[in-house]
Amino acid sequence: MTAPVIETRRLRKRFGDKLAVADLSVAVQPGEVFGFLGPNGAGKTTSLKMLLGLIAPTSGGGTLLGRPIGDRAARARVGFLPEHFRFQDWLTGRELLRFHGRLYGLSGHALDEKADALLRRVDLVDAADRAIKGYSKGMTQRVGLAQALLNDPLVVFLDEPTSGLDPLGRLLVRDVIHELKARGTSVFLNSHLLGEVEATCDRVVFVKQGRVVHELALGTEPSGLEVELRVDGARPEVLAAHGTLLASENGHARLRVEREGALPELAAALVHSGARLYSMTPHKRSLEATFLEVMGEDQRPG
Amino acid sequence: MRAVLTILHLTLHEAARRRILTATLIGAAAFLVLFGVGFHFMARHVHSEVGLSVLRQRLLLNFLTLAGLYATHFLTIMTAVLLPVDTLSGEIATGVVQTVASKPVHRSSIVLGKWLAFSIVAVSYFALVASGVLVVARVIGHFTPPGLAQGLPLMALEAVVFVSLSIAGGARLATVTNGIMAFGLYGIAFIGSWVEQVGALAGNLAAENVGTVASLIMPTEALWQRAAYHMQPTVMRDLHLTPFSPASLPTVATVWWAAAYALIALFLGVQGFRRRAL
Repeated sequence: MTAPVIETRRLRKRFGDKLAVADLSVAVQPGEVFGFLGPNGAGKTTSLKMLLGLIAPTSGGGTLLGRPIGDRAARARVGFLPEHFRFQDWLTGRELLRFHGRLYGLSGHALDEKADALLRRVDLVDAADRAIKGYSKGMTQRVGLAQALLNDPLVVFLDEPTSGLDPLGRLLVRDVIHELKARGTSVFLNSHLLGEVEATCDRVVFVKQGRVVHELALGTEPSGLEVELRVDGARPEVLAAHGTLLASENGHARLRVEREGALPELAAALVHSGARLYSMTPHKRSLEATFLEVMGEDQRPG
Repeated sequence: MRAVLTILHLTLHEAARRRILTATLIGAAAFLVLFGVGFHFMARHVHSEVGLSVLRQRLLLNFLTLAGLYATHFLTIMTAVLLPVDTLSGEIATGVVQTVASKPVHRSSIVLGKWLAFSIVAVSYFALVASGVLVVARVIGHFTPPGLAQGLPLMALEAVVFVSLSIAGGARLATVTNGIMAFGLYGIAFIGSWVEQVGALAGNLAAENVGTVASLIMPTEALWQRAAYHMQPTVMRDLHLTPFSPASLPTVATVWWAAAYALIALFLGVQGFRRRAL
């Protein structure tokens, strides 16, 4: 197994009395799209800023691309789009990319070509030579995304990249994340938009009050499927043989099965046992349901 | 070094676009016009008055030119403080600095790039306004004060001291606090310097010491006193004919202290910014 691109060990940040991040220990693998999920104020942005060297941790440590976090050289292969991206808005889109490119050490023809390619990628060619202060929120976010990709990064940090974007803008961000993944780039995605995370991430951790409280691989079906059955004369032992029986009364049953492949077998077994099967509806367990369960009712506003 | 130049370039670019620079230049132009009109009437009076010796003519014109340079000194300090006052604090508050500081650059490069850029702007501004004053004196009054080569660099150093202070403050303080602090120090230097001069004229050592302490806290007014000393003839200095003829001449050590002061402020600014959570 290759070394993780991001690894933290008991990373902790305290602001006065407030513990913003408590003992964060995570590892992100090369090429992985990693979702960092939690409600507002859970310490997501603070964690990300520590990884980028913008904030010094109170204790603990970690590595970014094999170097201690805060190390300048590692940041040469890192891209970052902050939340509420703000910058020198009197520059044009093209000037902004050139400026940030030079900070990455790019120059001359190579920089111009890279800037042009990225402007095309984020669909800003027509607006490239207009001042950014005249851009819409979506355009601003897109030029911000472009500046995070100037250096062909190995890791990209995106902090709420789609907040405030229209559906087309979200789709573009999602496509870019898929392209990055295809290229082998790791993506560290801070978000509280569950649909976004579900559509893009390989793995998510749930953060609550500065702590990782749950981890979930999204490619698989870790908690299985829930199946709703309308069936007469089903014997409990037949149902139990194919999954965990959650509820059963008056011809309705709820069952949790491990995998989709169990469904035809269950149907066959029920029919074979003499039961009359009217309907069988599998539900994927949504990330939202997991999120609410993990975070608990106390995280709900008001 | 490359990152320093990139930041320098961007900062100059930004300064050129900001309204505050335009406003300062308009203020300077208005000042020069007013100074020119005043100088015109004064020169006409001086040159036409019967019985006024050439020496007295020159002293009057020298006094007026020094007054113009004193105003230049004040305008330069305003510019040197106000132009960079929010360059760090503002970018930290808005988050603009995050995408810059997360690049593979030293944080010190960000501070140094900004410091160089604003030093260039402030010294250029000073050179422009001082040239304007001297051109007015030359063209209208046919007069040029002595000792410009010694005096003007000291005034330019004042600009650099204030730029350093303003940038260093911005690394740790909010914009308004930083501005208040810089002008507070200017106030200390101003009143300290005058207490010292009046004390020296009156032979009061305690008052002189107050001035010396003030010069240590903020050496810029002492730089002006020394610059003014250079830019007037001996007779004017010796007779303390004008408020610009120092009774207690700040020493060369004060000049070195001012240079060190700028470097220390810059160093503290770099250190403050390096540790700052962004």
